[in-house]
Amino acid sequence: MSDQTHLPGHDLAPGEEEQHSVGERVLGYVVGLGLALLLTATSFFIAGTDLVWQPSIPVALIVLAIAQMGVHLVFFLHITTGPDNTNNVLALAFGLLVVFLVVGGTVWIMSHLNANMPPMDQIMPKPM
Amino acid sequence: MSMTTTAGHVHADPHHIGVVIEHPGPASKRIVTAYGFWIFLLSDIVMFSCFFAAYAVLSGQTAGGPKGSEIFEQRNVAIETVCLLLSSFTCGMASIAADVRNRFWYYLGMAVTCVLGVIFLIIEFREFADLIARGYGPSRSAFLTAFFSLVGCHGLHVSAGVLWLLTMMAQVFAKGFRADVLRRMMCFALFWHALDIIWVGVFSVVYLLGGGT
Repeated sequence: MSDQTHLPGHDLAPGEEEQHSVGERVLGYVVGLGLALLLTATSFFIAGTDLVWQPSIPVALIVLAIAQMGVHLVFFLHITTGPDNTNNVLALAFGLLVVFLVVGGTVWIMSHLNANMPPMDQIMPKPM
Repeated sequence: MSMTTTAGHVHADPHHIGVVIEHPGPASKRIVTAYGFWIFLLSDIVMFSCFFAAYAVLSGQTAGGPKGSEIFEQRNVAIETVCLLLSSFTCGMASIAADVRNRFWYYLGMAVTCVLGVIFLIIEFREFADLIARGYGPSRSAFLTAFFSLVGCHGLHVSAGVLWLLTMMAQVFAKGFRADVLRRMMCFALFWHALDIIWVGVFSVVYLLGGGT
């Protein structure tokens, strides 16, 4: 049985919850689903509306996406700040570090290359 | 888990910090398996981040072809999103049912998850087929290459997930809720929830950010 039950003082496997009744676990998923649906609906509404200042829309979409990822991590994958979750959180933090380095670094470098590159006809003059 | 003798405390507190930590030996197989799969999922997310970075760089390079706002249909994307979100929920229900060894709710949860996943795949496949039929295939422009590789890679993951889901139903049917089957079920649930997290990035960055302006 030690293969399946979570003993106090042990680590938790990723995705595993602490001991709760079935009702509490289902409620957690229902709350997560409600929050995720709300954030999704807001994203789709914001993307197509004229009600807000237009340059704020991309920022709002990114913030909403990150918030929804957080909701999924907490309510579906059960990542918590508890001591039994330290290993899972550390692995996640390292993964996020690499993701931000890759995406942020690429966008940063490529935008500078684009801005510093002269127009194509200056590099390769058209043949007479 | 009760505290042992004083001699045991000396070993349990090697740095004399006053806190006795009992080391129960290696973690159980369930934790080791799920943790290894968690590491794999994070590496998979890192791979997706490379596709996201390529899309972010190439999204404006349309080479005279269509822009994102001309080919994306928000309504289809909204249906796809709701399908994946609900399937994540039913997958959670199936994992709870597996933990309490309830076959009926397990099969029901997995079947609904499978149907929602297949609906998602059908909508995505029709979108791709429609784009290619109009001449907007992945070879049309750098933007479309990045679009097809990112969204297609996610679609391939969902296809693999559906196959895995059917395998898990068959294993529970044939072998019951054995410890090894439950470990695989836990990895499958992690995989399915992670796919939904990646889809949040896809619909926000590709369809909503790329479809606007």
